[in-house]
Amino acid sequence: MTKKIKNLNLNFGPQHPAAHGVLRLILELDGEVVEKADPHIGLLHRGTEKLIENKTYMQAVPYFDRLDYVAPMNQEHAFALAIERILEIDVPIRAQYIRVMFCEIGRILSHILNVTTQALDVGALTPSLWGFEERETLMTFYERASGSRLHANYFRAGGVHQDLPAGLESDISKFCETFPKIINDLENLLTDNRIFKQRNVDIGVVTKEDALDYSFSGVMIRGSGIPWDLRKSQPYDCYEQLEFKIPVGKNGDCYDRYLCRIEEMKESVSIIKQCLTKMEKGPIKAFDGKISPPSKTEIKQSMEALIHHFKLFTEGYRVPKDEIYTAVEAPKGEFGVYLISDGSSKPYKCKIRAPGFSHLQSMDYLIKGHMLADVPAVLGSLDIVFGEVDR
Amino acid sequence: MKNLIDLEKKINSELTTKIKNTLIKHDQIYVEIDKEDLLDVVLFIKTNQEVKFRQLIDITVVDYPEETQRFKIVYLFLSHEFNQRMILSYYINEKEVISSLTSVFPSANWMEREVFDMYGVNFKDHPDLRRILTDYGFEGHPLRKDFPLTGHSEVRYSEEKKKVINEPVKLEQNYRNFDYESPWEGTKYLKEITESNDKKN
Repeated sequence: MTKKIKNLNLNFGPQHPAAHGVLRLILELDGEVVEKADPHIGLLHRGTEKLIENKTYMQAVPYFDRLDYVAPMNQEHAFALAIERILEIDVPIRAQYIRVMFCEIGRILSHILNVTTQALDVGALTPSLWGFEERETLMTFYERASGSRLHANYFRAGGVHQDLPAGLESDISKFCETFPKIINDLENLLTDNRIFKQRNVDIGVVTKEDALDYSFSGVMIRGSGIPWDLRKSQPYDCYEQLEFKIPVGKNGDCYDRYLCRIEEMKESVSIIKQCLTKMEKGPIKAFDGKISPPSKTEIKQSMEALIHHFKLFTEGYRVPKDEIYTAVEAPKGEFGVYLISDGSSKPYKCKIRAPGFSHLQSMDYLIKGHMLADVPAVLGSLDIVFGEVDR
Repeated sequence: MKNLIDLEKKINSELTTKIKNTLIKHDQIYVEIDKEDLLDVVLFIKTNQEVKFRQLIDITVVDYPEETQRFKIVYLFLSHEFNQRMILSYYINEKEVISSLTSVFPSANWMEREVFDMYGVNFKDHPDLRRILTDYGFEGHPLRKDFPLTGHSEVRYSEEKKKVINEPVKLEQNYRNFDYESPWEGTKYLKEITESNDKKN
C-alpha cells in the first residue's frame, strides 16, 4: 500500500512576534524542512514615495523617519545629502559632526534592537531587557536635540534644525564611557553561549558571489567577507576625518553577522567620541537665507527675515532641474535616495532604495533546506524593519 | 577602470552603437541606451573585467504623462571593485513590454515586481510577475502621475456583512493642493549681488 505524502503549507505571520513586524511568510514544509519560502510584503505600505511627490522638500523629511523607524536620522541624512548635492551648498563643520554623531547613535539604536531581538528569537530573554534600557537613554538624546524620541525631523538640507541644547554633549560623552561595559555584558551572555551558537553558527550562510548577486549591503555583505562600507569607500559629510575600522565576517552565517554588529557598535562609540572632541562652536545650518529659515530673534527684527520665513514655510525652496542618486551607510545597509527635481519646490520623483527590501527577497534562497526553527534565526539576522521594506 | 572618464571611453568604444548618450555628473555616470540593447549592455557591464558593475542597486521608473515615450526606466548599478556608480536608462511607451533582468541578477525579481505594481510596466520572461506592495486585489498603478493621491477605494470593516469591504473613497474635505508658486527667484540674484560687491572691493 502506498501513502501519498503532501507538503504542508504554513502561514508564518503577519501576526507573529518573530516576524519582526507585519511579514506574511508562506512556507512550504516537507516534515520540518523548509522547501520554499514566499514572503508577502506590503502590509505596511503607506505610499511614502507618492506622498513625497506632493510635499515640499522640507515637508518630506518626516516621511524618512517613518521608514526604518529604529534609526530615523540615518534616512534623513540620505535625503538631505541629495538636496545639498543638487543645490551645491556647503554644510558648516559643526553641523556635519552633529549629523554624523546622531547617525552613529542611530546605528547603535538599530544594532541593539537587532542583536537583542535576534537573541530573543532563539530563546534568550535577558539581553533585550538590558539592551532596551540603553536604547531608552539614546532616545532621550534624540529627544533633547530634536524634540521627539523617534520621529526626529532634525536634519535639513544644509545642516540641522537647531543647535544641541546645553549639557547634551557632556551627557553623550558620559554615555560613551558606560556603554562599552553594556556591550561586554551582552557579549558575555551571547557570544560564547552554547545555545546561541547552536542556533546561529552555519545557519543562513551567504557566499561572496551570492551576496553580490542578491544586492546585499551593510552587515549582510560584510558578514560574508566583503569589506565594503560607504562611510569608507564613498565618504560623505565628515567621515573622512574620522578613524574607524570596518569589521568583516568570515563564514557569512547568522553568527558572523551578529559578531559584526557587536563590533560595529564599538566602532560607533569611538566615532561618537571623536565627534565630540572635534566639534567646535559654530553655525549649524547653511547661511543662505533662501534655504535655511531664520532664527526667531531675526524674524522679530528684520523684515527680510520675516519674508524668508513666510516663503520658506509656504512655498519652500526651489531645487533646480537635476537627477541624482545618493546613498548612505544606514545600519541595515545601503540606504539610497534617487531624486529627480524639476525646478519647482516639490520633488518630481523620489525613489527610496531600502536595504531590507533586497535582503528579504533572498529569504527563499537563505532558508531552503533549513529547519522550520531556523526561520526566526535567519529572519532575525537579516535585520528587517517593515517601515522601510514596505515604504 | 580607475576613473569615470576612462570608463566613459571604454563603454563607448566597446558598445559603440548600443550607447545613445553618456554623461558624467555628481561623480556618477549616466548612460542612455535603447530598449532592445538592455540585456547585451547589462551582461557586458556585469562581466567585463575592466568595468565590473557586479551589483544591481535598484530599478525604478519615472513617469512623464505628457510625452509619447511615457516611461523612463532607470537601473542603478554599483561596482565595488572600482567604486563607481552607473545610472542606466531608456524610454518606452505605455504599452511596451521590456525584458527582465532576473536571468542576470536574481535580485531584479522583486525590483521588477515593484515596478510592475507601481507603474504597470510589463516584463518579458519574468518568473513570477505578481503585485508586491499593494493589497491583494488592488486595481490601478499608484505611482503613475495620473493616479490620485487619495486613491480610488477605501477599506473598512462592515458590521452588517461581518467582513472587510472596499468602498469608493469618501472624503469630508478634498485634498487641497495649494499653489504657492510666485516669481520668487531663489538664490541666484543674491549671489550675483554679493559677487559684484566682492569684485568692487
